[in-house]
Amino acid sequence: MTAATKSGNQSLFYRLFFDKELRSVTIQVITMALIFAFFFFIINNAITNLETIGKGYSFDFLWDASNYDINQTLIEYDSRSPHWRAAIVGIINTLLVAVAGIILSTIVGFLLGVLRLSSNWLINRVVYVYIEYVRNVPVLLHILLVHGIIVNNLPIPKNAMMAFDGTLFLTNRGFYTPKPLFEPAMWAVLIAFVIGIGFTIWFKGYAKKIQDATGKIYPVFWISLGAIILFPIIVFFLAGMPLTWDYPELKGFNFKGGLVLRPEFVALWIALSLYTAAFIAEIVRAGIQAISHGQTEAAFALGIKPSRTMQLIVIPQALRVIIPPLSSQYLNITKNSSLAIAIGYMDIVATIGGISLNQTGREMECMTIVLGLYLMFSLMISAFMNWYNKRMKLVER
Amino acid sequence: MKLFKTLAVSAAVALASTSGVANAGTLEDVIARGELNCVVTTGVPGFAAPDDSGRWAGFDVDFCRATAAAVLGSGDKVKFVPTTGKTRFTVLNSGEGDILYRNTTITMSRDVDLKLTFLGVNYYDGQGFMVPKALGVTSAKQLDGASVCIQTGTTTELNLADYFRANNMTYEPVTIETNEEGQTNYLAGRCDVYTTDASGLAATRSTFDHPNAHILLPEIISKEPLGPAVRQGDDQWADVTRWVLNVLIAAEEVGITQANVKGHAAAPGSNPNINRIAGTEGDFGAMIGLDKEWAVRAISAVGNYGEIFERNIGVNTSLGLARGLNQQWTKGGILYTAPVR
Amino acid sequence: MSTEVSHVTGEHPDLPPPVTEVGAIGWIRKNLFSSTSNIVITVLTVYLLYVIVPPMLNWLFLDAVFVADSRDDCRAIAAAAGDELGACWAFIGKRFQIFVYGFYPVEERWRVNLSFILMVAALIPILFDNVPMRKQALWFSLAAPVIIGWLLIGGMGLTPVPTDKFGGFMLTLVIGVTGIVGSLPLGIALALGRQSTMPALRMVCVAFIEFIRGVPLITLLFVASTMLNYFLPPGTTFDLLLRVLIMVTLFSAAYLAEVIRGGLQAIPKGQIEAADSMGLKYWQSMRLIILPQALKISIPGIVNTFIGLYKDTTLVIIIGLFDPLGMGRASLADTKWQGLSTEIYVFVAIFFFVSCFAMARYSLFLEKKLHTGH
Repeated sequence: MTAATKSGNQSLFYRLFFDKELRSVTIQVITMALIFAFFFFIINNAITNLETIGKGYSFDFLWDASNYDINQTLIEYDSRSPHWRAAIVGIINTLLVAVAGIILSTIVGFLLGVLRLSSNWLINRVVYVYIEYVRNVPVLLHILLVHGIIVNNLPIPKNAMMAFDGTLFLTNRGFYTPKPLFEPAMWAVLIAFVIGIGFTIWFKGYAKKIQDATGKIYPVFWISLGAIILFPIIVFFLAGMPLTWDYPELKGFNFKGGLVLRPEFVALWIALSLYTAAFIAEIVRAGIQAISHGQTEAAFALGIKPSRTMQLIVIPQALRVIIPPLSSQYLNITKNSSLAIAIGYMDIVATIGGISLNQTGREMECMTIVLGLYLMFSLMISAFMNWYNKRMKLVER
Repeated sequence: MKLFKTLAVSAAVALASTSGVANAGTLEDVIARGELNCVVTTGVPGFAAPDDSGRWAGFDVDFCRATAAAVLGSGDKVKFVPTTGKTRFTVLNSGEGDILYRNTTITMSRDVDLKLTFLGVNYYDGQGFMVPKALGVTSAKQLDGASVCIQTGTTTELNLADYFRANNMTYEPVTIETNEEGQTNYLAGRCDVYTTDASGLAATRSTFDHPNAHILLPEIISKEPLGPAVRQGDDQWADVTRWVLNVLIAAEEVGITQANVKGHAAAPGSNPNINRIAGTEGDFGAMIGLDKEWAVRAISAVGNYGEIFERNIGVNTSLGLARGLNQQWTKGGILYTAPVR
Repeated sequence: MSTEVSHVTGEHPDLPPPVTEVGAIGWIRKNLFSSTSNIVITVLTVYLLYVIVPPMLNWLFLDAVFVADSRDDCRAIAAAAGDELGACWAFIGKRFQIFVYGFYPVEERWRVNLSFILMVAALIPILFDNVPMRKQALWFSLAAPVIIGWLLIGGMGLTPVPTDKFGGFMLTLVIGVTGIVGSLPLGIALALGRQSTMPALRMVCVAFIEFIRGVPLITLLFVASTMLNYFLPPGTTFDLLLRVLIMVTLFSAAYLAEVIRGGLQAIPKGQIEAADSMGLKYWQSMRLIILPQALKISIPGIVNTFIGLYKDTTLVIIIGLFDPLGMGRASLADTKWQGLSTEIYVFVAIFFFVSCFAMARYSLFLEKKLHTGH
């Protein structure tokens, strides 16, 4: 039966619903109509309600002075700064804890994942118990517990715990370390460091080419180490050690000077990292176990040591399986950092979505900003991971 | 082409559906619902806190009960909506609460920008600082560099920033969401100073193990007239609630108490001020949409202003607050309401 | 060749294996001390356990006070026994009713108990196969949500209980179970929509899923509590709990959609082609062929999402609902029990650990049961 015969026998209305092609158009039109109607409905309501109360929808308030102080700011900020500056402080704080969390959780997660596969029964079981405990308790509780432990058990500044003969102080108001002060000559050391990294990247490619062509193996690891670490150190001494330290000192109520890590930041960082590390450990374990046993057996048959097997054969293949779920864990850390508000860490949700929202009353605008920022972060991380995944993917039919 | 066709048809199909529905008055809503939704705090001893069985009691709570009694007949017909400093105004503005009695300071921006209508002052307060006695601090000007526990979303936050900036001092703000968090942090030593309204400080201190180990510094750095609020745009409801507050103060001024109010309502006496409040002279209830007994019900539910004060936060309670500014104008305070006539 | 024959050739009684190879000692040698690195790890681990476990046990059980009237009382009892005070569990004991029921009126608590029993009864035929009269029991499971809803909220014969009185573990279960039950059909629909050949439908599903997965749940809860009322017609307002349930369901549905999409993608194209060639229509092939296989593959992911949703119910404390953490915090305002926040956190952590661990075990059980030949 051709389409021509069919359409000759039935009315248009019947075909709208029962002919396969037209039906899909009908369904889509109805869906889009319903969605448009829905959005129109709620936006109309919002406009009416806002008018009744007398608020508009404008972002002008962002240029008003914020009138509140923030305890952890990586940029210049005081209570006369406008709200948009407070939002920037929030964004920086969020990114700071997210990046620090990603780094720490990856390190700990990989370590735990490998330990979980260890033949040592004791460490195997201990890590298993730890992972099960961490995964089954909500992250908010972890954050509150760690924060409670830090605040309740560390001493107040007057009785601070001292380490390294007065350079490192642990109190429940923060961890104080000396701050390095760079003199102008430090730029030379930085440039040397960057040159070292560039040299390493080039040298790795070069050494691989030579190895493929002639079979000669350069000690890449030691040469890179020398370039990245030894070279800048030599430049540092040559430039006359352009580094002084700003030591923290107890003045009055608190320590002044030096670098300070607030307990809110530390608690959030540690809690998020330990929580996500447990999930990453399971991902790593699943990835390594997904590699067919034949691979390791073949490697052993070739006489490759277990540690080199892990490094050359297993891990590169396992990474392909590990990366996609790993990226979603990174996303989770970024989103879980929004729980900072529970312990008073000033991230995006606490500044622009919290204090600014409350003091100015502009709920719609502030929530739009917060939602938009998180969407942006998520899309960026997803895009980056998609790109990395494409590079590493096995090409299949 | 297919997508464009779809979008074009959909745009044609979508219709405007809502017309502005006129806001039914809050008074009618409350009477129809049979319950007053009162926005309060999550738990400040003396002002609003649930006891072990979940029943709310406190200074602000009693004013809510008086309003419910005047409008609905009983002080128990109240639903309490606990809110944090962040959510209190949005809860009121969204319609979830009818009236807000939440030791809230009256400010111009709250009145105008947040679209609230304040009904008067039920407690004249000011912002103070509490420090442990062991710190040896005697004045707020010695607090340079201290860590200060501060509740977000409050005027105290803004006053604190202004005060320290004006006196060229710096501080580390430790933001907290609720009073309990503040207490925990303050007692653990996370902050040196706890700042909020002086009445709130007294309430918090009363719950400590050793209240005398903490002192309130002498500086009061702001005016904090605490008062109830309703949404803007409903003048009748504002009138009703304002005059419930006023009549409780006026009752103390003329000597009507919880014990004798029913007696005054039974028959007109020689004092026309008492008669007008008790409903035996004139019909002031009808002017605000209630009946004659509106004030009698309110007073017999919770007593007059002085009784509410003494029962919840007075000198014989654990808070131990003196009347101070919150005394009748005839006795040295600044409570001075418009007459009920 | 010298011989040390002490037995007949051909009959060699087996000597017992060396002591260090079998039994407890052999096991310890093989598992804990087999190489240098292993020895180091074992020693470090034992040291770590020694530092952490005894003080923890002390605090949790040995120095803890289980019956007392107030925190000072706890301290007095502990001092009388000569210890420093561990956990003051008496606080949890005294306030246990509030932790479980929230502010639910005391005389109506039988309704909560009955709802819980009904919920368990409704779950058993779904979760386990060898239940007698399973088909009838499944009809009951279908009707159970409605009955439980009526029991908890009231109206039509029972005194209505406003939802702001819900709190404690009851609230956690209400939000968690409603979220799980509601998000599964929605998640399946979204996953199918995302695979659809109709571009408009696919666009809408993708946009929705990506939006929900891109923002934290806490921001969605803020939207529910502050902004949602603006989007409703003037004068109406939704119950806060209802708004939270809707948000949680939508949130979980988006994550479920991704998990189920993974399952759908793992099914070889041959299945769909075979179903088409047999003349099955879209919904028939979905219902009979594709979805059963896809759901079976995605079960670990689905249960993980459920566990995540269940744990996320603790977030409602930030918008003012009284889950167990919120009840604990509110109870701390009482003078008698000030400063006992650690006990609350540990208690709630234990509750979540037990329930989530049970769910994870059930998932393993389900996987084993359905592991037919993959």
